[in-house]
Amino acid sequence: MQFENVGMRYGLGPEVLSDVSFRIQPRSFQFLTGPSGAGKTTLLRLILLSVRPTRGLVSVFGEEVSGISSEALTSLRRRMGVVFQDFRLLDHLTTYENVALPLRVQGRAEASYRAEVVELLRWVGLGERMHVLPPLLSGGEKQRAAIARALIARPELLLADEPTGNVDPGLGRRLLRLFVELNKLGTSVIIATHDYGLMDLVDARRMVLGHGRLQIEG
Amino acid sequence: MAETATPQTPPAAPVALQAALPPTLRRNAPLVPTDSAASRSLAAVIAILTFLAALCAGAAEIVASSAGQWQGAVTQEATIQVRPSPGRDLDADIARAEAIAKAEPGIAATRVFSKAEAERLLEPWLGSGLDLSDLPVPRLVTLKLADSPVPDLKRLRGALTAAMPGVASLDDHALWLQRLSTMANTFVGVGVGIVTLVLIATGLAVAFATRGAMAGNKEVVEVLHFVGADDDFIARAFQRRFFGLGLRGGVIGAGLALAAFGLAGLLARAWRSGPAGEEIEALFGAFHIGWRGYASVLLIGVIASLVTGIVSRLTVRRFLA
Repeated sequence: MQFENVGMRYGLGPEVLSDVSFRIQPRSFQFLTGPSGAGKTTLLRLILLSVRPTRGLVSVFGEEVSGISSEALTSLRRRMGVVFQDFRLLDHLTTYENVALPLRVQGRAEASYRAEVVELLRWVGLGERMHVLPPLLSGGEKQRAAIARALIARPELLLADEPTGNVDPGLGRRLLRLFVELNKLGTSVIIATHDYGLMDLVDARRMVLGHGRLQIEG
Repeated sequence: MAETATPQTPPAAPVALQAALPPTLRRNAPLVPTDSAASRSLAAVIAILTFLAALCAGAAEIVASSAGQWQGAVTQEATIQVRPSPGRDLDADIARAEAIAKAEPGIAATRVFSKAEAERLLEPWLGSGLDLSDLPVPRLVTLKLADSPVPDLKRLRGALTAAMPGVASLDDHALWLQRLSTMANTFVGVGVGIVTLVLIATGLAVAFATRGAMAGNKEVVEVLHFVGADDDFIARAFQRRFFGLGLRGGVIGAGLALAAFGLAGLLARAWRSGPAGEEIEALFGAFHIGWRGYASVLLIGVIASLVTGIVSRLTVRRFLA
């Protein structure tokens, strides 16, 4: 993934991001940090291709995304996993169905991915909660379900927005270890967080956003 | 993690996993939430519209089939009218007219209406108990027409006019038949028009409801996009949901219409014993809509469901575009 002099503004407002340039190498691990309102969420939305930059070039998996067709956009998104800060689990689907969603939207039959989903649910400690609807899950359980959903399709790039924001420090560290393990298996990881304590646990590159500009540390 | 999933899984594992899954685990719930108040309202609207369209189609079918029956009965007959005129023997004229008709190939049978019968035909207009002997009441000869050979009524008319000019005339009911046919066609046309309007109204109601559902499920659509669903997949999810609602509404509406026709048929049969029943039956037949009527009611139910599915899909595609 590559950003070159990317600028972004909403409507006629001021630029939220200015001249942002960086490159995410395959199999790399990085934190994205910065104060609230610095543009982290906008940067994540740009990476997820849910908004287009007002200027500059964005390439994802080697493909320049301006004027990309909706089919190509779908296939790029299928190579990414995302954990939202507010989880975005679908409340009318069970934990199992939520986690299986990325495989289901690919048109796969339920029987073909059942074992995989159950295995992953057990791995994140939700083996006994797979039939529960999200409103009945605790914050930590929702977090793990959201992470499992992001991982189930074995993405090449994982984006996590404040993935430890709603859990106690112990669980936060366990989740971080999970991301590190995943990175070792070949997935690029970007974790957006405010938590400097958490960042100190891993020796990784830090992308620091401030006033719409990006600085790379480490 | 990836390695711990399927590739190295021993063959027995999926079976074991399956056995370990809670038996009540729901695995393929619809992606668009289905059971909302708006859904029930839409199903009710579709049911009502289908019911009205089906009633309309059934009524048009009753009119068309009754008109067809009348036409069938009337085209099998023609009538010779013989007018009394001074200085002529009416009975001889009648006998001559009948003989001319019988000589025409294609006339299966003839029947002469006696004087009393001819006078009785006037009773509904003039009342009974009147002495009509002084009135020049025309006499009728009804002709039953054969299917083959087809009678040449034009030639028969010519022969009658040539033999008894100004006295005998042939009425093949063509004018009346034409009017009847125009009326029946108008009814059927109006019926088709109303059914079309109702189906358009169904489509519009579904388009509004789909837009509402898209707005209400914005987060679902967004999440589906982020997990890699394409527009077609999302459109299919909405289409499935709305087709289900349309099918439910269509089945209820068509079912109610069939029940209404069944009930009307039963009531018509019950009334048939009374004096009004004969008139009702003469006008509308036995309130049977026939297989064509039943088929059109079912077809309307199916079309309403299809319209619902297709309109919702198109609406979603446009919304996402």
